Amino acid sequence: MNLHEYQAKSLFRSYGVKVPDGYFCTTPVEAEFAFRRLHSPVCVVKAQVHAGGRGKGGGVKLVRDPKECYTTAEKMLGMNLVTHQTGAEGKIVRKIYVEAGSDIAKEYYLAMLVDREKSAISLMFSKEGGMDIEELAETHPEKIITLSVNPITGLRSFHFNKISFLAGLDNNEATQLKEIITKLYQCFREKDLSLLEINPLIVTKSHEMLALDAKISVDENALYRQRDLEAMRDFDEENEREVEASKHKLSYIGLDGNIGCLVNGAGLAMATMDIIKHYGGDPANFLDVGGGATQEMVTNAFRLILQDKSVKGVFVNIFGGIMQCDIIAKGICAASSELGIKIPLVVRLEGTNVEEGKKIIATSGLNVIIASDMADGAKRIVAACR
Amino acid sequence: MSILVGKNTRVITQGITGKSGLFHTRLSHEYAPRFVGGVTPGKGGSKILDLPVFDTVYQAKEKTNCNASMIFVPPPFAADAILEAIDNEIELIICITEGIPVQDMLPVKRALEASKKSRLIGPNCPGVISPDLCKIGIMPGYIHKKGNIGVISKSGTLTYEAVGQTSALGLGQSTCVGIGGDPVIGSTFIDILALFEEDDETKAIIMIGEIGGDAEIKAAQFIKDNIKKPVAAFIAGQTAPKGKRMGHAGAIISNGKGTAEEKIEALRACGAAIAPTPAEIGSTVLKLLEIHY
Repeated sequence: MNLHEYQAKSLFRSYGVKVPDGYFCTTPVEAEFAFRRLHSPVCVVKAQVHAGGRGKGGGVKLVRDPKECYTTAEKMLGMNLVTHQTGAEGKIVRKIYVEAGSDIAKEYYLAMLVDREKSAISLMFSKEGGMDIEELAETHPEKIITLSVNPITGLRSFHFNKISFLAGLDNNEATQLKEIITKLYQCFREKDLSLLEINPLIVTKSHEMLALDAKISVDENALYRQRDLEAMRDFDEENEREVEASKHKLSYIGLDGNIGCLVNGAGLAMATMDIIKHYGGDPANFLDVGGGATQEMVTNAFRLILQDKSVKGVFVNIFGGIMQCDIIAKGICAASSELGIKIPLVVRLEGTNVEEGKKIIATSGLNVIIASDMADGAKRIVAACR
Repeated sequence: MSILVGKNTRVITQGITGKSGLFHTRLSHEYAPRFVGGVTPGKGGSKILDLPVFDTVYQAKEKTNCNASMIFVPPPFAADAILEAIDNEIELIICITEGIPVQDMLPVKRALEASKKSRLIGPNCPGVISPDLCKIGIMPGYIHKKGNIGVISKSGTLTYEAVGQTSALGLGQSTCVGIGGDPVIGSTFIDILALFEEDDETKAIIMIGEIGGDAEIKAAQFIKDNIKKPVAAFIAGQTAPKGKRMGHAGAIISNGKGTAEEKIEALRACGAAIAPTPAEIGSTVLKLLEIHY
């Protein structure tokens, strides 16, 4: 789960990490008022969307008086922001953050993440902040200092020494950075973050270190113990159907194709998309109904798939282990009559009670194609959706 | 011989009185009677499925001399349950639980590295089965058939797919190991590949990976350097969009890394045969056997 910049910065503030003053706004009037309250000759209006590269897309603007702040906010709110991370369709800006301008002397980069390969929390620092860090990692990997922190022994003096000496920081900067990293590491641990990125971490002309931007991702498995962060979830930033799916305990991700997929198990769900593609079709979604799906969940899954108007046919691919094929078959029949499914439906059932399952479908009178195996099913649904 | 489990495996279930724990202990015990007890703090002294229940793993080990544990403890307490099993030097710990916070797994991983006795499979995995000998997990027992194919997989249902295909072809399986779909897991592809290489019963290996992380790429290099037995591989998620988590917590392409394409390329370059579709995992390994033996 991602946080907005304004949310991440409020979290930083609560841990004593310095950020510029700013106000979260949803209307131009609020933005104008924010400018007046900030008492800064220059302010920055920043679009709050879950995507990087906002500056290049026109989502970060300098303003010099309250009137300009108003008109800029007016233009930005409701605009469709396209960046390299939003994809071509862009994202609608619904929220903005008005922040006091800073006198930037230097721009650094700081990040922490759960490093799955090292089973540790890794820390990255670079004096080349402000730019695209992925680009820097490609062109000048030596300019990024990386260290991984043993979760049992934690942050140690040698970690700070490594960063300070390798980066060649002066005493003042080294001291400030040590304090920032210590606080952020504590935040990272206590709040179950999976990613924390500050780009840029600036040094002002008065030698003060500030987080000018903030990006945070929270481990969704840990939300049960991070209720305050869970409350920050912004459903506007998420795909409507994905949100709907999660309410029904289904795992759904929309894609561009026209073949709906209903599968049990994440691996098989991915593989089902792959085999559709292999036979020349285009999957419309990833959908995992889970290991213990009920008849009701199958109906909900169908409803979700059919909400996507580009879906021309549905491929049900079930390998029932613990999940019984006859229950799935009943779910398919119930959904089909309840929702009045008119598009082609191909069903492949395998596993526990498979014969009963097939019999239920065959005698239901529904227009369902029963596939003999996964490949057969994929070929049939691709042919039906041509 | 099979790997990891066999006739001498003595299993307890941590979380035996929970709904899933009880259900799958029953099915596993019916498949092969290797279960000797269970643990649920506060329920010690009772009996369930005719098996003794203990308050702690310590007591369970003292009384049953168990050497394996199947964990069905809910996510908030699962890391603790694994650590308890490690502390009691349980040799094989299989954690089925899905949804453990990733930071809980970081110290667990260190404890495993420090332990000279314990090995962890999972979390977020279907478990381990050696057909007819021992089943510890949630896989449907009846689809398996005793044979010579070793299966390692990050995914549950996709493993069943490979099992169903190899059973239908008459090849059968030596042992099937679900290593789990989380970003931080106990045993990796490499750990299990090494065990299969040493196992007389295993003639060929099926490896099923997916997008996210670089475990498959490390495994590819390991196959090239250390594995003489033929390996067939399938990687799920060739059509997965970038930056989206595909069901499993670990199945995500981040910053363009961990794609199916790069994993397939690495495996192919290191000598593994790639199944072009999930429906051809069985036939791919059959072809390998015909060439090698």
